[in-house]
Amino acid sequence: MAATLQPEGVSRTTNGGDDGESPARWKYLNTLLGRAGAYSDPTEFIPGDAPIMNIKNARILVIGAGGLGCEILKNLALSGFRNLDVIDMDTIDVSNLNRQFLFREKDVGQPKASVAAEFVMKRCPGCKVTPYVGKIQDKDEDYYMQFNIVICGLDSIEARRWINATLVGMVDEENPESLKPLIDGGTEGFKGQSRVVLPTLTSCLECQLDMHAPRAAVPLCTLATIPRQPQHCIEWAHILKWEEERKDDVLDTDDPEHITWLYQKALSRAREFNIPGVTYSLTQGVVKNIIPAIASTNAIVAASCCNEAFKIATSSAPYLGYPGTNNYMLYTGDSGIYTYTFEHQKKSDCPVCGNRPKAITLDPESTLGEFVESLAERPESQLKKPNLRTAGKSLYYSTPASLEESTRPNLKRKLEDLLEDGEVIAISDPAFQIDFQYIAHFS
Amino acid sequence: MAVTDADVPPPLLDIPKAKEKKYDRQLRLWGIGGQMALEETHVLLINSGSGVTGVEMLKNLVLPGVGQFTILDSAVVSEADLGVNFFLEDASLGKFRAAETVRLLMELNPGVQGHAITEPLETFITKDDGLTPFNLVVAAAPIDATVLERVQTHSQTLHVPAFYFHSVGYLSSLSLLLPPAFPIVDTHPDSTATTDLRLLRPWPALSRFAVEKTAGLEDGTMSAPDRAHIPWACLLLHYLEQWKRQHDGKVPNTYKEKCEFRNLVRAGDPNEENFEEAYAAVLKTLNPPTAPSALDAASPAFWVIANAIAQFYAKHEQLPLPGAVPDMKAQSADYIALQNIYKSKARDDCAEVVASVRELEKQTGRSTKQPVDEKEIENFCKGAAHIHLVHGRPFQIARAGQMIAFGDRAKAMAMELTMPESLIGLHIAFLAWDEYVATHSTPASQSGGVGLKILGSGADDFAIDTQRVTGTAHKIVDSLIKEAGTFVEDPDYSEVKDRVGKFCMEIVRAGGGELHNIASLTGGLLAQEVIKVITRQYIPVDNTCLFDGVASRTQVLRL
Ligand SMILES: [Zn+2]
Repeated sequence: MAATLQPEGVSRTTNGGDDGESPARWKYLNTLLGRAGAYSDPTEFIPGDAPIMNIKNARILVIGAGGLGCEILKNLALSGFRNLDVIDMDTIDVSNLNRQFLFREKDVGQPKASVAAEFVMKRCPGCKVTPYVGKIQDKDEDYYMQFNIVICGLDSIEARRWINATLVGMVDEENPESLKPLIDGGTEGFKGQSRVVLPTLTSCLECQLDMHAPRAAVPLCTLATIPRQPQHCIEWAHILKWEEERKDDVLDTDDPEHITWLYQKALSRAREFNIPGVTYSLTQGVVKNIIPAIASTNAIVAASCCNEAFKIATSSAPYLGYPGTNNYMLYTGDSGIYTYTFEHQKKSDCPVCGNRPKAITLDPESTLGEFVESLAERPESQLKKPNLRTAGKSLYYSTPASLEESTRPNLKRKLEDLLEDGEVIAISDPAFQIDFQYIAHFS
Repeated sequence: MAVTDADVPPPLLDIPKAKEKKYDRQLRLWGIGGQMALEETHVLLINSGSGVTGVEMLKNLVLPGVGQFTILDSAVVSEADLGVNFFLEDASLGKFRAAETVRLLMELNPGVQGHAITEPLETFITKDDGLTPFNLVVAAAPIDATVLERVQTHSQTLHVPAFYFHSVGYLSSLSLLLPPAFPIVDTHPDSTATTDLRLLRPWPALSRFAVEKTAGLEDGTMSAPDRAHIPWACLLLHYLEQWKRQHDGKVPNTYKEKCEFRNLVRAGDPNEENFEEAYAAVLKTLNPPTAPSALDAASPAFWVIANAIAQFYAKHEQLPLPGAVPDMKAQSADYIALQNIYKSKARDDCAEVVASVRELEKQTGRSTKQPVDEKEIENFCKGAAHIHLVHGRPFQIARAGQMIAFGDRAKAMAMELTMPESLIGLHIAFLAWDEYVATHSTPASQSGGVGLKILGSGADDFAIDTQRVTGTAHKIVDSLIKEAGTFVEDPDYSEVKDRVGKFCMEIVRAGGGELHNIASLTGGLLAQEVIKVITRQYIPVDNTCLFDGVASRTQVLRL
């Protein structure tokens, strides 16, 4: 079948027209968004003003103003987005300058978020970038609720897990606005990945935790008695020797004196055991857990993330992360160019997005028996032979017979005698392989 | 006992200097050697169209410290440029685009020199020495076919690597033209791939060491701590001897035999960590080393060493030993001793290769003033099993009134056509786009010349131009099928045409403009490839990479 051609739609462009900015600035963007795509869904994508307004009105949060963050801010500003926020707690280091192109030598020591925001606003008039210098954990749900899309360019797994759990926890089925697409990028050397999460609907970052295997730790006895590698000598100095000799100094891995001290200790130990290869650079690499990073890989991964954000905001082409389709792109550039784009499956036993407890309002005066009966009628449960328990005790078991007998007396008891307000009830039904949780709120 | 650290503080010679600090994160990838190669490079970007991808590539080269770059572009900054190009500002409006982008790119790295050439491409390219200062050329589509041809000839004559790329809307492609033989010694294979311990053919020093370290293992006279610290390489050597005694002197060869052997090792001690390591290492390490496939053609130092390695291989039926030993649970002294056994064997092997190189130098009458660097020979010996050779191939250039030929790749590419996931259709769509440019453009300098004619750039061109370019693309499909001497039946044939048609529509949709994200991503891909080619490290793309930003995936085709 031949591609269907849609009628022309670029005769009028509004982007920029209503706020004094010349529409000519957005000629390329408006041309593409003014025409039907070969892959866009005609019911979702109406060429012309709608997708353009969607970009202008969207508010995007960028987490991290480092190698990926600099690229992400630039990409969003030049994709027509006008309202950006950026969070980063770090200050600029000289070793950032080989890739974090919004920073100059004079900016070393300044906070990344504010320098990046200022630069993008200067270069791209009309785009507002609000910086926050601090931790993502400083902000609450109300803050994150303001954004339409969250894009992460982080090097820490912990921060990723935190924002992932926060965004999953914010999803309120009654309010579609509470579902914030989370786009995440990461790089190491010539490799990287970009992925899109629709919290609670598709595989989340916690489901994908096994994609980053942690580095195996060296056993302490190896460090203490039988070092064989230069890394063992460095870890010995780092973990054991510092504690032994400089306990009162807090180790600062950015302090050259501290690194030099560790290097010296590691080098002596290496000599003692005839182990070659301890260098200053390796010492720094091991102690700071340095991951090699270059501008080009950041460019690839950040652009991939922003391309997905642009497609989500405009519907002008299918995006990664639409439920039931690919949501993950792995990139490898050290041997040719290779991408693997696939669907990472949601895990039903994911501690973050698997079986989230649903809130339920209960009358404390009603009995457990009444509640069990109601489970058969509730659309989300529809269970005839359920088993109910809290973290501490078994409430009621339909099967096996012996447990049924011992828990049957509870059916007559009032809920307030069995439960605390806010307690989680786990419900299962072996017949349906169903397992879910309610948070009980007393009315 | 060794001296304590309090007595003699070790000398600290390698505290990083300012430049090493700034480049720390990249030096960990390509080292000082790669960095020096990068700093000696002068890249030329022949820019055109909306012109963002090439500039984004330059950003990724200026940051890590490329020596020099030049942008050849006669365009004047328009408002549309300001909405898509980060290296222009409002004050740039009406000025030369090349000069403005060079100025703002240079802000990124004071150590890098940038130059702008704003004279028209047609006059610049006809100068005899125009391209000589550059050791790498990158050309952006759309481009006049005769100019691209000129770049190609220059590249082929002087063995200067060249790139040609497209970036339109959601789609992009890049092609790399390398010399006919482009060898890479330092391919950076991952460490598990490089472990080569020669356990199947140990030399006397290694065997002796293993016997010594496993003495008393079978009769129970060995102490428990000693037993727990036998390096796994020694354990495997020990059990291999046992296996050979039971199997007419043969080593485990098939997968099944290796699994049986693995169980024998595990039975030695099911609890100790080193036995566990030995068990896990069986399948990975008990493989005879294989020689690289292609060592022919002619190029200075590299081929002399390659020849010497070939001699070594013919004599010993194995490559020089790389000499690295992975970490394994052991007493420090034992591990170091084992490491030394491997290192000294590697040194001996390398010395033999050096001797052959010196002999070859004499035989071929190479200048004695510049002998092949011993360091280079050593690197070659270490990486011998992972050396990679790319045979560069020319660009596919679309010319007016001439059908594109696929030559010896026709059969393979016709096969690609029928694969639903293949991006060959995108390549064909770009070829059709190029064909349109070649057919409809006239030099702007001529009277009535229109310059480069771009599909879908007019407000009312979308439908008609999509039809036009799809028609051309379908002709290329038919011609490819014919050239391959094959036949594609329906429904496959209709599906092929449908896929190609969709790529054509998506290209025309953009009206020749770039989306910044796709330009930035493609600029990243280009920069990575440029770095790999310049540093001669890692493995460059061979030879065309297509990117589909709708489906978020790439494919590499050898064309
Ligand atoms: Zn999950």
